[in-house]
Amino acid sequence: MKITGNVYKFGDDVDTDLIIPARYLNTSEPAELAKHCMEDADPTFASRVSDGDIIVGGKNFGCGSSREHAPIAIKAAGVACVVARSFARIFYRNAFNMGLAILECEAADRFRTGDTLSVDFDTGAIVHLDTGETFSTRPIPPFMQELVKSGGLMAQVKKR
Amino acid sequence: MGMTITEKILAAHAGLDAVSPGDLINARVDVALGNDITAPIAIQKFRESGAERVYDKDRVILVPDHFVPNKDIASAMQARTLREFAREQELTYFFDAGEMGVEHSLLPEKGLVLPGDLVIGADSHTCTYGGLGAFSTGVGSTDLAAAMVTGEVWLKVPETIRFVYTGDLQPWVEGKDLILYTIGDIGVDGALYRSMEFTGPVIDALGMAGRLTMANMAIEAGGKNGIIAPDAVTESFVSARAVRPYTPCFSDPDAVYARVIEYDVSRIEPQVAFPHLPENTRSISEVGQVVIDQAVIGSCTNGRIEDMRSAAAVLKGRKAAKGVRLIVIPTTPKVYRSAVEEGLFQIFLDAGAIIGPPTCGPCLGGHMGILAKGERAVATTNRNFVGRMGHPESEVYLANPAVAAASAVLGRIGGPGEL
Ligand code: SF4
Repeated sequence: MKITGNVYKFGDDVDTDLIIPARYLNTSEPAELAKHCMEDADPTFASRVSDGDIIVGGKNFGCGSSREHAPIAIKAAGVACVVARSFARIFYRNAFNMGLAILECEAADRFRTGDTLSVDFDTGAIVHLDTGETFSTRPIPPFMQELVKSGGLMAQVKKR
Repeated sequence: MGMTITEKILAAHAGLDAVSPGDLINARVDVALGNDITAPIAIQKFRESGAERVYDKDRVILVPDHFVPNKDIASAMQARTLREFAREQELTYFFDAGEMGVEHSLLPEKGLVLPGDLVIGADSHTCTYGGLGAFSTGVGSTDLAAAMVTGEVWLKVPETIRFVYTGDLQPWVEGKDLILYTIGDIGVDGALYRSMEFTGPVIDALGMAGRLTMANMAIEAGGKNGIIAPDAVTESFVSARAVRPYTPCFSDPDAVYARVIEYDVSRIEPQVAFPHLPENTRSISEVGQVVIDQAVIGSCTNGRIEDMRSAAAVLKGRKAAKGVRLIVIPTTPKVYRSAVEEGLFQIFLDAGAIIGPPTCGPCLGGHMGILAKGERAVATTNRNFVGRMGHPESEVYLANPAVAAASAVLGRIGGPGEL
């Protein structure tokens, strides 16, 4: 699968309180959470982001809380995938468990807000459409690929 | 080849003789934990899976603690979801009403998490139980739902960083300062995907409260778990309360570590983490003039009876500075009761403190102490992210209970030595 989208760039150590502040955790309704996605990092993000856009972060994206509300908010905001230099571990497994595409890319710091990227989930290749440059991402372990293919962790549990 | 304590616990729970870093395993869980924020999603997924009963009603534990006593209607609905599920599934351990407390203080206190256990919780500070010698890690709601059905979790065996603490502790330096110092040294992703094993003579001499505090903040360095080998201190804490038998594990002498980091603690002063990351640490003597509006003493990091005693020792015969809101939150009914019986409440009240019921409260900016725009708090909690305790333009400084108490008296961040 291939997607093309506009970049929204954030920095290093984007924490789950930035992705979805705790004051909104009295609900788990995706549409409600999406309204406040990234609010404390960029209050205009939720109103500007459109379907298929891409969030780019630096190192340690999603650090902090285990709240699945974070990947839910990002997904419900229409974001097609998150690209970062590295991800915090609970965010990483949550994203796979619930089917939000995330990619680790060493060159993530070179992308800027407003850039257009095309991302090929099968090969992991990212093409910067404004410059034509191609970047590689860390391959997704086979176990995680299986997880995504089977529709997430609960689908696997159901099968068992 | 030898194994670390973490590898041994993982191998034992995966039914394997040995595991190595990088292995993906399916492991049996001893306890699966959820709270009022994360369990509602897990319960929904549990229902969607078609499962009817949780795998073991003694092992699935629910604790509404974040937004209780219910702070608004939406939170009340979430707490009700847990209550109804607990009743329907006849969960043995559901802590509500007068039994409620902050999950990571409550479970060790009740003897529900034990040395050698494998514990997962849909809360990032589940790593706290590593202080007892358990492998314990935070997961998401979907992982919790899967574990509620199957009693299992998938895990990647982490590499381990071994931390060795030697030397003599300076006055007022506690477990909190050791872990803040460590995070300040290695950074908020310094142990990303890795296990943090805390060792050395200083750890051997550390009480259970300090050990739980250190393991609690492993996640703040990106760690998968923090762990301390069980010993006589652990045994005396656990033996009186364990609800079931347990099998302690220990690292082999020839265990393989990704890194070994040594600290001479004689050089470590009480630490303060400046906004907006726990790695922004400074020694108390280098803090400068930081005027505060609020001081919070509580949370799963530092809300145990030892922390109450430490704060009370500083506050005795003193008053919080005019205009500083000193908020004390004992984290369980037992801590609360002990604080009353030991006369600590008298000291807190004389100091002008507000004493809250056991809850997470302001720690995650839920309720009972939210900061306004531009306000500053010193807190014994574990995170000082943007907006963590309220307005995105407020600030949180992390410190130990004695420093938080002294700061309340001074009206600015400072140590007990300045009083
Ligand atoms: S006290 Fe704070 S860190 Fe601990 S579980 Fe509650 S909200 Fe989380």
